[in-house]
Amino acid sequence: MALTESNTSIKGGEFLIKDIDASHIFIPEEFSEEQQMIAQTCLDFLRTEVHPRLDEIDYAKDNSLMVSLLDKAGELGLLGTAVPEEYGGFGMDFNTSLLVAEAVGAGHSFSVALSADTGIGTLPILYYGTEEQKHKYLPLLASGEWKASYCLTEPDSGSDANSGKTKAVLSEDGQHYIINGQKMWITNGGFADLFIVFAKIDNDKSLTAFIVEKSFGGITMNAEERKMGIKGSSTRQVFFNDCKVPIENMLYTREGGFKIAVNILNIGRIKLASAVIGASKQVTSQAVNYANERKQFGTSISNFGAIKHKIAEMHARTFASESACYRAGQNIDDATVDLLASGMDSAQAKLKAVEQFAIECAIMKVHGSEVLDYVVDEGVQIYGGMGFSAEAPMDRAYRDSRINRIFEGTNEINRLLSVGTIVKRAMKGELNLMPAAMAVGKEIMAIPDFGVEEEEGILVKEKKVVKNMKKAILMIAGAALQKYMAAFEKEQELIMNLADMLIETYIAESTLLRVEKLIGVRGEAACSLQQDAAMVYLHAAVNKTANAGREAIMSFAEGDELRVMLMGLKRFTKIEPLNLKEARRRLADAAIEKGGYIF
Amino acid sequence: MKILVCITNVPDTTAKIAFTDGDTQLNKAGITYITGPYDDYALSRAVELKEQLGGTITVLNVGLSDSDPVIRKCLAIGADDAIRINVEPTDSFFVAEQIAQVAKQENYDLILMGRESIDFNSGIVHGLVGELLGIPSISPVMKLEIEGTVAKMTREIEGGKEDIEAHLPLVLGCQEPIAEWKIAGMRGIMSARTKPIKVLEPTGQVTTTTELYTLPAPKGAVKMIAAEEAESLIDLLRNEAKVI
Repeated sequence: MALTESNTSIKGGEFLIKDIDASHIFIPEEFSEEQQMIAQTCLDFLRTEVHPRLDEIDYAKDNSLMVSLLDKAGELGLLGTAVPEEYGGFGMDFNTSLLVAEAVGAGHSFSVALSADTGIGTLPILYYGTEEQKHKYLPLLASGEWKASYCLTEPDSGSDANSGKTKAVLSEDGQHYIINGQKMWITNGGFADLFIVFAKIDNDKSLTAFIVEKSFGGITMNAEERKMGIKGSSTRQVFFNDCKVPIENMLYTREGGFKIAVNILNIGRIKLASAVIGASKQVTSQAVNYANERKQFGTSISNFGAIKHKIAEMHARTFASESACYRAGQNIDDATVDLLASGMDSAQAKLKAVEQFAIECAIMKVHGSEVLDYVVDEGVQIYGGMGFSAEAPMDRAYRDSRINRIFEGTNEINRLLSVGTIVKRAMKGELNLMPAAMAVGKEIMAIPDFGVEEEEGILVKEKKVVKNMKKAILMIAGAALQKYMAAFEKEQELIMNLADMLIETYIAESTLLRVEKLIGVRGEAACSLQQDAAMVYLHAAVNKTANAGREAIMSFAEGDELRVMLMGLKRFTKIEPLNLKEARRRLADAAIEKGGYIF
Repeated sequence: MKILVCITNVPDTTAKIAFTDGDTQLNKAGITYITGPYDDYALSRAVELKEQLGGTITVLNVGLSDSDPVIRKCLAIGADDAIRINVEPTDSFFVAEQIAQVAKQENYDLILMGRESIDFNSGIVHGLVGELLGIPSISPVMKLEIEGTVAKMTREIEGGKEDIEAHLPLVLGCQEPIAEWKIAGMRGIMSARTKPIKVLEPTGQVTTTTELYTLPAPKGAVKMIAAEEAESLIDLLRNEAKVI
């Protein structure tokens, strides 16, 4: 993609205080023919190899089917998209790897197996491995000859990842680390040839990562976990009993493991967000089709307003999540290019770029997984009784969706992280939040802007609404930080409220910018449905922001401050009325006519 | 083995078909284009034969530049190069003439294509090409093996199958299960970037014009009647449909 000066100067989290020009964001409509061909390959693979076997995959007695599917995906090169060519992969950029994740995202258990293998299983070596480690392992993983898994979680160490008890002790001859401990919820555990294992050396406070081959010995497993969903993905407890790992298989530095875990999870989060977009699109299409086919009271149920409402919401939310996901993905690509130009090596540049956009990655993970949960819930509802039957696809979609709010950091952890990182960066002076917050503080004491001088342009009023949503966040975060100071991080309920406001603002802004850019290319008439989706989303986002803001203010402010802030919030969450019912009907009617997801 | 695979660029099988300009043009808005599904099988068999016997595969399309994405996908699946005759494919004879014109100069051992396109479904281009080149044409071929200069084929015929042997060169109209359907792999997609697409101008004159397109009448409602209720079927045929 073309790189502009203003593009590269966008920093992670900066959306909160900076107006972004629509021309500086990437929109999915800009994917090249080649990128679309890659996505089509993934969709073709699901259609021919995975979707006809979903039951077989979920109720398989062993892992052989999943392994053979991964082998076939490997033959097509789908396991090596993110791996550079010098290590046997295809060296695609970050946004392409997100597109691949989206395209396989509707693959249920297979999608989970593939993303664990290519994501958390492979990327630690790609980003933190030595040249020897990369040359030894990456070609095996990129081709699918070997499958990988990631062993971080333990029975007593989940969200608090650094509290793990697994130990690594140097052997007497100094040639091996002897690993002992128990890991839990290990995706692909049942068939992995390689494990990325996090353990503490001696009495270290922090984790160290190791590349452990199955053949090193000392690895045993419990039976497959019985799960609510993604039943076909292998999930095991893995035990390390005097597992001898050569010292050259330590990854990165001693006590550098936590950093690996955090950074790899950043990537995992946004990849999860793109995967759930793929699933949301598929479920929406299935639900629209079913609504067209299912007749009650002498007509297709898709003719009923109550059903149209659901179909339209499924569209608006998925479209919105997609808008933000690839915007963030391109920001990461641009930042990578920028860092490469400054002399950083490729792996470091990519890592640093992702780290810069950790806030957006967390936002996307929460939003995407909650959109999919909404979509599958309404999908079941549209299917009615059949939605509850295991004969129809909604049963699996509903069950498989739920894990997305839990793994790759729970949505609570990610909400804490998104706000926490912004605050941390503001304190360090990396994000110039304070002047903006103070300006908002002044503004709420001044006479309101009655909006008489309206600028002309595409979506100008709507963008002003988003700008005001940002002010609401700054007002509340600024006041809360002043009140609580260092104790701010203990106010988790308040942070959850702020995170909700932050998420809605980022997503609504991305959606508007996408539509603005698209109108610039295709003209307004050709983008009316996208505009409807953006407006439906924006109104909901404003309402959520107002509700969360009110909760937040009432949790800490009193007296005059409470009243002034509530008035300020009201001013910042004002939006002109619009007939949303009609906008939703237009969206739904287009989907009903097409017989599937329209964007 | 020198193989030419002729492909069509057609609306996706799920596309909603509508017309514009007084029903004289297809409304292309919102339509996704794909390689003709039968052509896809022809290409897949060509790729398998190349793997088995060596040789080259050239893909040929009669169409405007909007065919290029579909052509590049064929290159990604395994064709070595491509030729596009830069003209709207208006009728079967005109298309066959274009193909024959290229084939005359190149001496292909095999000219493969789908049994028919899925937009106009005329199903006669392979026969016309065979006649224009003076070589045999066979369709619909469901199985194809090459032994030396002999092609051993199984063809679908009314009520059964026919095993045929013929000497190369041949023109074949293909259909599944002639080959395993192929997905473009990452390596193929990347290499398609550098494979050439030669664009040639058409020869001959278009002699047909389209006056009007109409959609087939929508299918009527279907009633299911259980076998043991044959009497009610007779009653419906007699009194409702009034056909007996």
